Amino acid sequence: MLNQNPLWRYIVVIGMLLLALVYALPNLYPEDPALNISATRGGTVAEETRLQLEQSFRSANIAAKSVVLEEGQILARFNSTEDQLQAREIASQQLGDNFVTALNLAPATPDWLTAIGATPMNLGLDLRGGVHFLMAVDMKAALDKNLNDMVQTFRTDLREDKIRYRNVQADIGRGQVQISFRTEEDVAAAETALRNRDRELVFSTGSDNLTLLVSISEIRLKEIREYALEQNITIIRNRVNEIGVAEPLVQRQGADRIVVQLPGVQDTASAKEILGATASLEFRLVDEQGDLAAALEGRVPPNAELYYTRDGRPLLLEKRIMLTGEHITGASSAFDEYSRPQVSIKLDAKGGNMLSAATRDAIGRRMASVFIEYKPGTEIGEDGNPVLIKQQEVINDATIQARLGRDFRITGISSPGEAQNLSTLLRAGALIAPIQIIEERTIGPSLGKENIDLGVTAIQWGMVCVLIFMVIYYKAFGLVANLALVANLVLIVGIMSMIPGATLTLPGMAGIVLTVGMAVDANVLIFERIREELLDGRSVQQAIHHGYDRAFATIADSNITTLLVALILFGIGTGPVKGFAVTLAIGILTSIFTAVVGTRLLVNLFWGGRRVQSLPI
Amino acid sequence: MRIFSFSQPLNFMRLKWPAIILSTLLILGSFFSIATKGINWGLDFTGGTVIEVGFADPADLTAVRQTLTDAGYGDAVVQLFGTSRDVLIRIPLRTDVEQAAVGDSVIKALNAQQAEPVTMRRVEFVGPSVGAELKEDGGLAMLVALIGILLYVTMRFEWRLSVGAVASLAHDVILTMGLFSVLQLEFDLTVLAAILALIGYSINDTIVVFDRIRESFRKLRDTSVDDTINDAITSTLNRTVITSLTTVLVLVVLFYMGGALIHGFATALLFGIAIGTYSSIYVASAIAEILGISREDMLPPPPIEKEGENTDALL
Repeated sequence: MLNQNPLWRYIVVIGMLLLALVYALPNLYPEDPALNISATRGGTVAEETRLQLEQSFRSANIAAKSVVLEEGQILARFNSTEDQLQAREIASQQLGDNFVTALNLAPATPDWLTAIGATPMNLGLDLRGGVHFLMAVDMKAALDKNLNDMVQTFRTDLREDKIRYRNVQADIGRGQVQISFRTEEDVAAAETALRNRDRELVFSTGSDNLTLLVSISEIRLKEIREYALEQNITIIRNRVNEIGVAEPLVQRQGADRIVVQLPGVQDTASAKEILGATASLEFRLVDEQGDLAAALEGRVPPNAELYYTRDGRPLLLEKRIMLTGEHITGASSAFDEYSRPQVSIKLDAKGGNMLSAATRDAIGRRMASVFIEYKPGTEIGEDGNPVLIKQQEVINDATIQARLGRDFRITGISSPGEAQNLSTLLRAGALIAPIQIIEERTIGPSLGKENIDLGVTAIQWGMVCVLIFMVIYYKAFGLVANLALVANLVLIVGIMSMIPGATLTLPGMAGIVLTVGMAVDANVLIFERIREELLDGRSVQQAIHHGYDRAFATIADSNITTLLVALILFGIGTGPVKGFAVTLAIGILTSIFTAVVGTRLLVNLFWGGRRVQSLPI
Repeated sequence: MRIFSFSQPLNFMRLKWPAIILSTLLILGSFFSIATKGINWGLDFTGGTVIEVGFADPADLTAVRQTLTDAGYGDAVVQLFGTSRDVLIRIPLRTDVEQAAVGDSVIKALNAQQAEPVTMRRVEFVGPSVGAELKEDGGLAMLVALIGILLYVTMRFEWRLSVGAVASLAHDVILTMGLFSVLQLEFDLTVLAAILALIGYSINDTIVVFDRIRESFRKLRDTSVDDTINDAITSTLNRTVITSLTTVLVLVVLFYMGGALIHGFATALLFGIAIGTYSSIYVASAIAEILGISREDMLPPPPIEKEGENTDALL
C-alpha cells in the first residue's frame, strides 16, 4: 500500500528534533549578572583570592549566587545588577591594580546541558549592547617609515663600504629611495654592496645613469603590511584585556582592518582612550653603584630612579635613556644555539647607532627594558572619564655581553612562554603604524534588551497569524503544516545555538520572521498539488503520493535559488547582513526538511496506507 | 476552502502588452526619480554620526536643536524616533572635528542642558570610506546574485525563461528602490538586506510558475503558447496568493511590532512582495513568451517522459 512510513524515517525525524530541542533549551534560561576576575599579565588568581572575595561580599551583605575559580579566572554570579555593580566596586578596591574585574552576563545553563556542549545562541551587539569599532591601520604611514629607515640604513652602509654618494633621499610618492652618485662606477659598486646586504631590494638606474633607485620587493611590502596589522592586533588585544570585558572580540578584517567588539561596554570615551593610549619602551642602564636600601627608604641617588620589575623586585636605573622603543622595528622569540629561549630584536639604523654608542663603554653592565603604559585609574577626572595613570615596569634586565648594534638578542630567559611574552611587550612598545577608527557603533543596554523583546514578540505574533490562517484554510492538513512550522522554529534555534560562529542579530530575527512566513510555502505547494490531484479524480493515496512527488521538484528548484542568494549575502555582506544571511540559509534548509520530510511523516501516519474516502484538506 | 477555483484558465497573457507597458513606465519613473530626487542614503552608506538618546519626559525638539547649534552642530538633523521620548540626531560627516569624538561630545552637551541626564541608546559613526565600500559591496552582491540566478535557471530550464526571471528580478529591485526614492525613505543596511531577501523571495515565486509552465507544455499538446502559460499561471495562482498572503501577514506584524529599526526592512519587503508577485506572473512569463518560447524548447529528453502514468499502475 502507498504512503507508509518506514521505521527509520520516524527515527531520523524524531532524533533530529530531539537533538535540536536539547540544544535549543539553554536559550530558555535567563542569564545571571556576573563578575569576571582575572589577573593582569603574568599574575595568577589563587584560591585564597576567591575565599577573600567571598568573605568581603558576605560582610558587605551582597548575596552571591556562586563564586567559583575556573581556568584561572574567578566567576561570581549575582541575583541582580545592583549587587553586581556593588560587588565590582568592592572587588576592585580589594584586589587593586593587579586584577581586572569585568562585568559579564553568565549564562545560567544547567550543568547537564553544559556537559554536552549546549550553550545559548551568541547574541550580536545590537541585541546585548556594547561597542563595535572598525579600525583601519594607516599602511601608508608604516610604508613611509620603512622608506625613511631605508634612507638611514643606506647612508650608514655606503659610508661603511666607503662608497661616495652625493645624496640619499626618499621618494614617498613612488615608494622608492633615490641615491645619487658622482660616477657610474660608484653606482655599480653601491648596487653590489647594498644587494649583498639585503637580497629583497629591487634596483634600477635613473635616466641620468648617476642615480640608483631602490625599492623593496612585493613580498617585503606584504610582510611590512602584515607586520603592521599583526602588531596592532596584538596591542589591541592586550589593551582590551585591560578594559576588563568578558568575551571581547578582536579580529582582523581584510588587508588593513581590525574589528573590535566589546559587549557590555557603554563608556566609549574611556574605551577609546585605552585603546588609543600609547605604550612605550625605554632601555636604561642599571645603576649598580647606587644604594638600593637607601633608595627604598626614599633617598634615591640624584642620577637614578627607582623602578620595580614585574615580580616586585626593586631596581635602581640611570636617568639617562639609552634608546626608546620607537627605534625597534621587530622583536621575535626564538631559541639560541643551546636551545634556550631568547628574544631577538631589530632596530632601525639610527637606533642601531645610538645603542652602539651607548653600549661601547658599558660591556659587562646590566641593561633594563622598561615598559611604560597608561591605564585608567579608579579616580575620575574633570571630564567624567577615569584619569589615566602612567605605569612603568621593568620587563627584563640582562648583562650586556658585547657592543650592541642594529640586531641584538636577549638570552637567559627562563621559559619560552616568558620569551614570547617579552617579545610581545617589546613590539607593543615599538612605534606602530597609526590606527584610525572608521566605524563605531554603540548600543545601549536598554536598547539591546528592547530589540530582543521586539524581535521575540514579532516572531510570536507572526507565528500565531500564520498558524491561524493555515488551520482555517487547510483544516487538518493545516494543523500538520503548523506542527512542521513549530518544529522548524525549534530546529532554527537549535542549529543557531549549535554552530559556534552563528550570531543572532536584529536583522537575523527579522530573517526568522520572514522564514516563518515563507516556510509554509513548501506545504502550500504540496497541499495545492494534492487538491489538484484529487480534483483530477485520483484516489486519496495516489493524490498524496503524487502531490508530494511532483511538488518536491518545484520546492527544490525554488529553494536552491533562494539559498544561492543567502550564500552570496553571507559572502559579501558584513556584520548584521551576515547575521541575516545565516538565519535565512538555516531557515531555508530546515523548512525544506520539516515541510517535506516532517509533514510527509504525519500525513502518512494519519491518512496513509489505509482506505480513506476523502481528505480533510 | 479555496480562494480561487476556475473551471477555465484565466487569460493572463491577454494583458501581457499592457503589463509590459505599465512595467516599463514604472521602471522609467523609478529611474527618473532616482536621477532627480536621488536616494535618501542612510548613515551606513553616507558616513556620519547617528545618535539615539532617550529622555525621561517627552522631548522638546526645539530645545535639543538649540543645544546642538550652541555646541557647534548646527547641521544636525533632529527627529523623534518611534516614541516621543526617543530622539534621533543625525550629524553629517565633518572635517573640522575628530569624527569619532562627535557622539560623546553631543551627549555631553545634551546632558549639560537637561535636568535629568539623557540615556544613550545608540551611537553609530561610519567613516566616509566605509560607506562608499558598502555601496560597492551591496551593488556587487546584487549583481552576483542576479548572474548566479541567470546561470542556474538557464541550466535547469531554458535561456528565455532565464532572461525573463532575471528581468523580473531587476524589475522588482528597481521599483523598490524607486519607491524609496519617491517617498524619500531612508535606505540603510537593513533595506539592502531586504532587497536581497526580496530577490530570494521573488525568484522562488517565479521558479514555481516556470516549473508549472514547463509541465503544462508537456501535458497540453494542442494548445497555443499563450493558453499553455495561462493554464500554468492559473493552476499556481492559489499557491502564489497564499504564500504571498502568509508572508505579508508576518511582515505586517514585523512592521508594527518590530520596532523603528526594522521599519525600512519591513516596508521594502512588503512593497517588494506585492511587486514580486505581479512580476513573476506578468513580467517573467510575458518576456519569455515574447522572446518566443515554444513547446519544443520544453520537451524533456526522452527517458524522463516515461515516469508518471505508468508507474501508478504498478504501485
